[in-house]
Parts: sequence; structure tokens; C-alpha cells
Amino acid sequence: MNDKHLRTPLKNVRGLGAARSGTHHFTVQRITAVALVPLALWFVWFALSLIHLDYAGAHALVARPFNAVLLIAFVLSVFWHAQLGLQVVIEDYVHTPGLEIVSQLAVKFLCVLGALACVLAVVRIALGS
Amino acid sequence: MPQAARPKSPHLQIYRWQIQMVSSILHRAAGIALAAGTVLLVCLLASLAAGPDAYAKVQQFAASTLGQLLLLGWTWSLAFHLLNGLRHLLEDTGAGFQIKTFVMTGWVAVIGSVVLTALVWTCVLLQRGGA
Repeated sequence: MNDKHLRTPLKNVRGLGAARSGTHHFTVQRITAVALVPLALWFVWFALSLIHLDYAGAHALVARPFNAVLLIAFVLSVFWHAQLGLQVVIEDYVHTPGLEIVSQLAVKFLCVLGALACVLAVVRIALGS
Repeated sequence: MPQAARPKSPHLQIYRWQIQMVSSILHRAAGIALAAGTVLLVCLLASLAAGPDAYAKVQQFAASTLGQLLLLGWTWSLAFHLLNGLRHLLEDTGAGFQIKTFVMTGWVAVIGSVVLTALVWTCVLLQRGGA
């Protein structure tokens, strides 16, 4: 109880801000953005080489360990970055209390599900099932 | 709070359209479009894991007029979000905020995204012609 009063207001807000998470969102958004620069360029090249392959060829291309690892890195960065970006869009435009929470949760859940589905698919392909 | 009919900012009909605001709006729009595009990414990888029949369906959709239009849109969205994202990262270092530079880099992102999109689709069409 007393401990609470010993804290100055500055101690409570320093580095955290109104959202209680400080610059964490900003930093992670930048880290995933930097990761996505080379990964997205690689993905475009990868997609271009995938387009005109038949099923077996496409399967074999994704199954290569180098491609599988980069694909998983790409989808994880994409869904993480997408969640962070969509979160800000919802924060900016959706102000109805219930709807805001529902849409924030929906975006988070969908991004996690999308990432899991992609990773499982790549792992299945890479392990040859 | 949403019920109060107070004036809201910004008044889009009052602002003159300029590259500073257009690049900002497009960055967000392209980001939302790309997030929607991940649905196709999931479908592509999941169908490839599921088998030839499922993969053929995704290929069929991608080759349809709607699929090609969406892919063209996503190509441009990715190109613009990438170039304008690099611009944002540059600005995070504190550089590029002089009005002249800011306008110039904005145009680089817009025109560059069209060039990149054209480049990618030239590759697509060349492969198609060759195959």
C-alpha cells in the first residue's frame, strides 16, 4: 500500500506511455519490416520460379530445405507484421468498444492461425508427406 | 463517443491532394490489401501439402481473370509497401524530412512501385510465352 505512494508519477509512465507497452510495438514493427525487405524480395523471385511448375515440380521446390526455411521465416514475419499493422488500423478507425475488442482479437487469432497453417504446410511438404 | 455528431478531422474534401498524403494513405491501403492476400498464400501452401487435386484448384483460381487481377493488385501493393516501407525506415533515422526530399522520395515510391510491378509481370508473361 505504502509502496504505491512512494512511486512518483514519472516512475509510472517512464518508457511505457498510455498503452503500458512503451515503444515495443514500434520496435517489433520495424524489426519485422527490416526482416521482410530481403524475405519479400526473395519470395517474389521464389513465386516467379513456382508459377509455371506442375504439382510435382512445385512440391519439390518448396521441399528444398533452403526454400522451406526461408518460406517459414517469410510467413512468420508476414503474419507478425500484418497483425501489428492491422492492430493500428483498428485502433485508429474502430472506436465502438465491443467491436474494437472483437476485431482486435479476430485479427490476432486469424494471423496466428494463418501462420500455423502455412508452417504446418511447409513442414509437411519438406518432410515429404 | 461515436454517437456524438462532432466534426471530424481530416476533412478529405478540403485538403488538396498531394504526394505526402497520398503515399501515406496508399501505404496503409496496400498493407491492408497484402494482409488480405495472405489468404491466397495459406491456400497455396496448404493445397500444395494436401495434394495435386487441391493444388490444381488454387492454380485454376490464380489463372482466372479475377485471380490475375488480384495478383496484379497484390504485386503492386507489395512493391509500393516495400518501397514506401524503406522510405519509412529511412525516415526513422531522422533523414529525409526536408519538404523537397520528402516529396521526391514519395514520388520514387509511387513511380518505382509501378516500374517494379511492370518488371515482375514482364517476367510472368515472358515465362508464359516460353512455356
